[in-house]
Amino acid sequence: MGLTRNVGLMTALRYKGQGPFLTYILHRIGGLGMAVFISVHLLASFISGPGGRLVNNIYQSWIFQIFIFFCVLFHAINGLRITILDLFPKLIPYHRQAITIEWVVFAAVYGFAVFTIIRTGLGG
Amino acid sequence: MAAKSRNLSIAKRGLMSFETIMWVFTRLSALGMYALILFGIIGALVMGVRNNMNFADVMRWGFMPNVTHVEDTDLADTTPWASPLWKLTASALLIIAVGHGVHGLVVIADDYIATAKGRQVVRIFSGIMILSMIGIGLYLIWTS
Repeated sequence: MGLTRNVGLMTALRYKGQGPFLTYILHRIGGLGMAVFISVHLLASFISGPGGRLVNNIYQSWIFQIFIFFCVLFHAINGLRITILDLFPKLIPYHRQAITIEWVVFAAVYGFAVFTIIRTGLGG
Repeated sequence: MAAKSRNLSIAKRGLMSFETIMWVFTRLSALGMYALILFGIIGALVMGVRNNMNFADVMRWGFMPNVTHVEDTDLADTTPWASPLWKLTASALLIIAVGHGVHGLVVIADDYIATAKGRQVVRIFSGIMILSMIGIGLYLIWTS
């Protein structure tokens, strides 16, 4: 059934997976993180009351914002790379270069977002 | 290789199968969400946000242009942020994002659930999730 894992995450990253495999696994983690977050956030807002407010207060904390911004921004930027390469298959031979560009863009946007989140979180 | 596949008819390429249509939908909906998020961010700038919000707040508004997402900022008046234009934009973003996201969950589930019966259960759950999330989301957007 193909469900037996005989290659661990670190082995996969070291062997032929490397950068592309890392983006694949982070894309899944980001997507799952967003799916869980948005579902619970919608339900908490719908239920409201003390329970709903408690959940949404956790979501508004700057520590959680740093996590969810990682999920959203990585998934969005990696997803744009996947979309561009899939819609223009002639670019696929350059996918490793595309991943390098992706990391540069991600570092700039996410870095600035984290900077402002922490600065606001610390009251500045 | 690429040139050869282009000579195949659409039927032979299997473009009409549900999974292929969803593969295309996933890519196009990603571009659609980019367009709506950019529209939200540009809208925030047009509404004069420069001095009232930080970068992360503007992005949070862009990801879901719902007025509750800007209530904790320094905006003096949030009325323009609750206009029908933004409720429509938020509704479009919600519907596209739920379709994109729930299909993504099905793709991940299929990697771990290999039996036909299990996959059928996943699809039934995904249908329920799509309808309930869109229902709750639209209710929240239009009553906030």
